[in-house]
Amino acid sequence: MTQLAAVEEQRSTVLVDRLVVRFGDVEAVRGISFAIDEGEVFGLLGPNGAGKTTAIRVLTTLLRPTEGRAFVAGHDVVDEGLAVRQAIGYVPQAISIDGALTARENLEFYGRVTGVPRRERRERIDQAVEAMALGSFLDRLGRTLSGGMLRRLEIATAVLKRPEVLFLDEPTVGLDPTARRVVWDRLELLREEAGTTMLVTTHQMEEAERQCDRIAIMDLGEIAALGTARRLREQFDAESLEDVFTAATGGRLEEGGSFRDVRASRKRTSRLG
Amino acid sequence: MSARAESARAGLVEHTIRPLAVGTGRLRDGAVAMGWAEVQKLRHDHLDIFTRSVQPLLWLFIFGTALQRNRTLSGGFHDYRAYLVPGIMAQAALFIAIFFGLGVIWERDVGQLQRLLATPIPRLGIVLGKATGAGIRAFVQGLVLLIVVAVTALSIRWNVLDIVGVFVLLLLGTAGFACLSMILASLVRTRERFMGIGQLVVMPLFFASSALYPIAIMPAWLQVVARVNPLSYEVHGMRELLLGISAGGWLWLDFLVVGSFFAVAAIVAAKTYPRAIL
Repeated sequence: MTQLAAVEEQRSTVLVDRLVVRFGDVEAVRGISFAIDEGEVFGLLGPNGAGKTTAIRVLTTLLRPTEGRAFVAGHDVVDEGLAVRQAIGYVPQAISIDGALTARENLEFYGRVTGVPRRERRERIDQAVEAMALGSFLDRLGRTLSGGMLRRLEIATAVLKRPEVLFLDEPTVGLDPTARRVVWDRLELLREEAGTTMLVTTHQMEEAERQCDRIAIMDLGEIAALGTARRLREQFDAESLEDVFTAATGGRLEEGGSFRDVRASRKRTSRLG
Repeated sequence: MSARAESARAGLVEHTIRPLAVGTGRLRDGAVAMGWAEVQKLRHDHLDIFTRSVQPLLWLFIFGTALQRNRTLSGGFHDYRAYLVPGIMAQAALFIAIFFGLGVIWERDVGQLQRLLATPIPRLGIVLGKATGAGIRAFVQGLVLLIVVAVTALSIRWNVLDIVGVFVLLLLGTAGFACLSMILASLVRTRERFMGIGQLVVMPLFFASSALYPIAIMPAWLQVVARVNPLSYEVHGMRELLLGISAGGWLWLDFLVVGSFFAVAAIVAAKTYPRAIL
């Protein structure tokens, strides 16, 4: 670890230090480094195949890095995987709700598996139901819910245990503006109440600009730009974050994503939309 | 012992025992939560268990009736249909278990697997939970089969302890094959390929076992295969408990083999299962 990284580790909730992930000959993440402070909302943007999801998978202990190190809530993601998983909440890009269970049962299930104490579980579920406005469909099976309902339910299941760090991979994809507002209001509340640090990936530029304290733009496995939205606009002499994105990623058309990813992504969009 | 040494020793014991207790607790909580979820799913889709029960009943009452008078197939037992009951019960559970891996691939495709692997449940807890789920389905299906057997008055022994023993063997065997299925699921990319591999595994397991006929009537090379097949031990034990007949060997060995198969398969599945998301 670099000396800078060692200093950062003391105060950062998430620390990524020269992280490399290779799949055979393909280098999906090429030596990225960044730190996220406690309570910060950090946006990770980039075209498909830029390495965002791979980076999140390392931070959520789903994938071992090839080189470099990463710490979440003070724990090494490789050596202290269980401690990391105890501290985090994770909403993956794909739909993670069990369609064969009702909304209420999904809440109960994730309450159990994420380690919410039994005596507090009922109260936390009630709070999440109220905050995410889930009351009208609590007893419906997951597979019968609309896209907006599914996303709200997923976020509710992820915040039940009030995680120290919450990873959200495109949390508002396919949601209408009202549902998006509900989701962000709940996340804001969580940040206020529990001081939760959040790492969010999104393709919505205005959402990133409005909700994220700082933004990193990834391209071809590297961090192409990092800073507050305002700072990035100044740095790239751009009028909007979208212009910053285009400039930082070289304005190329997307080449990333495998057949499986594209198929899954289209299925998901059709389901959520 | 000095107070300090006493305190240090207590600290060491605490240091050793607490993580073990916490780990065991999480393992239990994870397995219980997943088993609970499986029961809820069954509750919502109870018709599924009955439609799945049709196939074993066809085996029992068409295949079994057609060959009812064949004493060779029943190893000398007077009723081939009764002889078939343990084999068919184990076979139906094997089908549930082996295709459980399909669920893993589905869960990976929809994102549930990633989510589950990012929770504090140990990998072994997830595997045990899934295996418990398969076991619960096998238990309900076995119960339906036994009720039909009771109604049709097939000549099996109705001893409570023996029936409990049958279900213990059935649960262990089903859980073991569900773990084997998860291992296979972690090695293949698509549901279509898994279906092919599943068939490739399930048919030899079923036919090279004592489910339909005694091992003794098989040619020597097939007997060797049948004797390393855990399904043979599962069926042998169940047959001894339900019918009181044995083809040699010991009941405790049947439990030991099936239990060991489950333990080894669960440990290997816990290692390979997270690979399914790659």
